[in-house]
This record gives sequence, C-alpha cells and structure tokens, in this order.
Amino acid sequence: MTRRSLLAVLGLLLAKPLSVLAAWNEQAFGAKTTADALKGIGASAPSPSKDIVIDAPQIAENGAVVPIEISSSIPGTSAIAVVIEKNPFPLAGRFEFKEGALPFVKLNVKMGETSDVRVVAFAGGKQFSATREIKVTIGGCGG
Amino acid sequence: MAGPMKMRATLAGGGTAAAHTDVRVLMTHPMTTAQSGQALHFIQNITVKQNGKTVIEAEISQAVSRNPVFSFRLKGGAKGDKIEVSWLDNKGETNKIETAVA
Repeated sequence: MTRRSLLAVLGLLLAKPLSVLAAWNEQAFGAKTTADALKGIGASAPSPSKDIVIDAPQIAENGAVVPIEISSSIPGTSAIAVVIEKNPFPLAGRFEFKEGALPFVKLNVKMGETSDVRVVAFAGGKQFSATREIKVTIGGCGG
Repeated sequence: MAGPMKMRATLAGGGTAAAHTDVRVLMTHPMTTAQSGQALHFIQNITVKQNGKTVIEAEISQAVSRNPVFSFRLKGGAKGDKIEVSWLDNKGETNKIETAVA
C-alpha cells in the first residue's frame, strides 16, 4: 500500500463518523442577509403565494419567544423554510415533510427586532413564499 | 444543559380513524446564541419517525427559542402508533423520546 492510498483510506475512516451525522446547511444558516439565506436553500426568487398561511401575533411583547404556526396548501409541498429577515442570521429553520407528514409546523423563535418573517414552501421543484410582519417590543437575541 | 424531552401524540378529532395525528414535543435545551455572550449551543437537526419510518427531517438555527416546543401533523394515524422524535446539537449531543399515539 502506498503512502498516498493509506492516507486516502485514513481520510475515509475519519470522514465516516461525520457522514453519520445529519446534514446541516452551514452556508444557508451562516448567511447574514435574506438574499444569501434564500440562495443557500435554493430559493433565490420564490413566487408569492396565498396558499401559505402564517399564523403569528401582530405584536410580540417578548422577542425571545415568538410563536409562529405555518401551513401550506400548495399541492406537493415537500419542505418549508422560515426566514426572519432582520435577524443577524435570517434562516431559522427548514422542515422537510416526507410521505406521511402534513406540511405544517408550529415553533417558537427569537426575534431581535420588528421584522418581516418570510416562509418559503418547496413544491414540485418550485419555490413559493409569503411574508408577514411581526412587531417586537423587546428583542430576544440575548437568550 | 440539555435535558429531558416531553412529547404528546394524539389523534385529531378522536375516534380510531382520525384525519391526522398531532405531535407536540418539548426539548430541554439552552439554545444559546453568539449574541448572548455564551458559547453557541443549539439544536441543529430534528427527526420525526412514525412507526420507525422518517416522516419529518428538520434543520434549525439558534433563532429557535430556548427549550424548543414544536407541533407537527402526520397524515392519518392510529392509536398505538409509535412516534419517535430525536435531536442532534452543534456539540454532538443528542436525545430522543418515543411515545405511543393516545
């Protein structure tokens, strides 16, 4: 065995435990602008849609816990992403719905300040989005 | 510190042939941001399984609130279905909970 092939084998062994871990889109989650976050999840120019429902308070008194309920009635919705446009890192999450799951999620998020919350739905290779402004009285990114 | 989880899975509308299964899960986790001055420590991946089959895979950021609570909906479902939710954080810590649909 040559030294190079030995190194290659060692490299594979070292890489293996990492591949066991689930994937996390570092590029999209590390993005500091909405445009970069959308690009990172493959949704640079989503079409506006009224079939995405975002249920959230108009005014959140505590930015540390802002409840957001999201559902999509776009046929074939396979994933939903939540982008809080004015947060330091706008992408808050991406949920992949496989066979057996409904395109629905309710979660609590932190918001640093009043911001548009953009929800992107992925369906049939296309991207759709809807936004909703949530006003924040006390920011919640220190938590 | 990351701690225990709680979960409740119920059939929507009751009966034996529900339209969907509601899954509500709580994870004990600090979800600290870099802005807090503490070390970045947050859940990155969540997997939901129904009777052993993966139905939802999520990637989340530190923008999810401390001690995250999620609600999910699964198609159909029956009493006794096994629902498992697991998470993995940026430090490699992990936890999971399994419950039967009530």
